Amino acid sequence: MNQSSANVAGASSSAQPLLQVSDVAVHFGGIIALDGVSFDVQQGAVLGLIGPNGAGKTTLFNCLSRLYIPNSGDIRFAGQTILSTAPHKIADIGIGRTFQNLALFGTMSVLDNVMVGGHSQSSSDFLSNALRLPWVKTEEEGLADASWELIDYLDLMDVAYTPVADLPFGTQKRVELARALASKPKLLLLDEPAGGLNHDEVEDLGSLIKQIRDDRGITVLLVEHHMSLVMAVSDHVVAIDFGRKIGEGTPSEVQQNPEVIRAYLGTSD
Amino acid sequence: MVADVNTSSAGRRAIPENPANNLAIAGIRLPVWNKILIAILLVVAVIAPFFLEDFDVFQMTYALVFAMAILGLNLLTGFNGQFSLGHSAFFGIGAYTTAMMMAHWEVAFYWTIIPAGIVCLVAGFLFGLPALRLEGLYLALATFALATAMPQILKYHAWEDLTGGVQGLDLDKPESPFPDTLSDDQYLYFIVLVVAIILFICAWNLVRGRTGRAMIAIRDNPIAAQTMGVNNAVYKSLTFGVSALYTGIAGSMSAIIIQFVAPDSFTFLLAVTFLVGLVVGGVASIPGAIFGGFFVLLIPNISEAVADMTGRTDAKGLSWAVYGLFLIITVYVMPSGAAGLVRLLVGKLARRG
Ligand SMILES: Nc1ncnc2c1ncn2[C@@H]1O[C@H](COP(=O)(O)OP(=O)(O)OP(=O)(O)O)[C@@H](O)[C@H]1O
Ligand SMILES: [Mg+2]
Repeated sequence: MNQSSANVAGASSSAQPLLQVSDVAVHFGGIIALDGVSFDVQQGAVLGLIGPNGAGKTTLFNCLSRLYIPNSGDIRFAGQTILSTAPHKIADIGIGRTFQNLALFGTMSVLDNVMVGGHSQSSSDFLSNALRLPWVKTEEEGLADASWELIDYLDLMDVAYTPVADLPFGTQKRVELARALASKPKLLLLDEPAGGLNHDEVEDLGSLIKQIRDDRGITVLLVEHHMSLVMAVSDHVVAIDFGRKIGEGTPSEVQQNPEVIRAYLGTSD
Repeated sequence: MVADVNTSSAGRRAIPENPANNLAIAGIRLPVWNKILIAILLVVAVIAPFFLEDFDVFQMTYALVFAMAILGLNLLTGFNGQFSLGHSAFFGIGAYTTAMMMAHWEVAFYWTIIPAGIVCLVAGFLFGLPALRLEGLYLALATFALATAMPQILKYHAWEDLTGGVQGLDLDKPESPFPDTLSDDQYLYFIVLVVAIILFICAWNLVRGRTGRAMIAIRDNPIAAQTMGVNNAVYKSLTFGVSALYTGIAGSMSAIIIQFVAPDSFTFLLAVTFLVGLVVGGVASIPGAIFGGFFVLLIPNISEAVADMTGRTDAKGLSWAVYGLFLIITVYVMPSGAAGLVRLLVGKLARRG
């Protein structure tokens, strides 16, 4: 596959894309999870990433959060490659995420989970914390304030002090979203946020994703099997199968793409 | 309900009070109970030595030393999820740092406490770096190796002049500056009490803030912690260092109050003793460490007394059996330690107030 510049989405083609995925390949032993995937995500867009089970969507997310290192290819965020960025610096540069199978801090309260989300927004060290220096207190108050704002935003006020392990699945998903937002990301990666939610919850999620983009100016990369949700909220859709990009375009274009239709009919999904 | 109205962002609902703060036992709310209990504990801690024999004061002092060591282990194991069977080594390093400074360079005992802590901070940090690659049982094994090696290292003939070799080192007993009001044992008790209070307050500050949240986040879900921006490697090795610092200061205090160090005081058995105190007091509980400290000091003595009562010639072996029995009963009655039992009782007794 060639470089990414060919597939710039939509009208805003003059601006530099926020995220550029170029020819990314990931191998696990004999398994080729990603096989030269390229696409761009424009600033302020909601981009839907679809594909059957095992297509490589989560693998791509793991490359974006530097949990995996691609065997080849490049990932550029705001023009800079992220491949030389340490994994714990990814939040710092403005990429936040949620996990397909929830990765919360089970024993901690909702409030504390969201405050850990603000870790990259704070800087106090061991010694200043042990002595609880005045500026640590100020920082904690600021962090708590920002966290409460998100807890309110995601309707978690009533469970703010509850350990997250005790909460129902749908609520836990909102906690993960709040935690991801606490790092004030420019790009938010959502890995199947609708998984396990009921019909009404999925509808609410759709408007929430749009709100997050509109109110906070956050660019969203959305992996989802729930087609009606993807089609309703995405400006642009990329479809992958067996680690390769098989289609890209507006939601309606992708829905009519014969290769995409074949990929979906060919699996049990 | 007390709702502090937060006006910093318009239109937001008021921040709710933690419901636990609204619970009450006997009409007194839990946060007030906390303050009352801490006050009672402090008063008892200050008054008790004036009503006790010197030997009992010494026992209390040593229980506090254990409590500090257990607190250190708890920061690492309870809060950060890193297992250690090797904390006897850091206790030993702390004790020897103090002993060598006092014996060879005639440094006053109180000037040796901070150096002992810093030596252990560095030792713990350096040990924690390679330990980053190890998890669970493998880390347990590596720390076990450290515990096993330490007495041999201390005995090694190349630095016998410094360490005193197999014999160890004898120290002078620090004398009370106010012999009329405080006996030497009481004086040492108050020194240890002050150090313990400082360490407990710092630990509490550490775990309730940004660092503590990161430590617990690593324990609960290391990948998510890293994704939130926590530098797992730095946090884990620093936690190892801080944990060793606590246990090392405890070791330093033990050398001061016993006035003697020898390699075989710092065996693997001591590391297990800390672990017992940690579990019995409560994993990831700060006040639990105090309970743990008194438990590991008192229960072996009580077991010995019980065994002696039988008047048998094999009472020594029997006391270990009694100790084991005590342990089993304790773990059975309080499966999540003293802290867990307290939480359970509070849950049963507390009403909305
Ligand atoms: N750490 C790993 N080791 C080995 N194989 C892996 C690993 N992670 C993913 N894979 C494989 O890579 C392929 C892509 O997996 P991935 O999880 O990215 O798919 P996905 O598109 O997210 O699927 P789903 O929709 O089911 O979540 C699969 O064949 C999977 O088994
Ligand atoms: Mg997936």
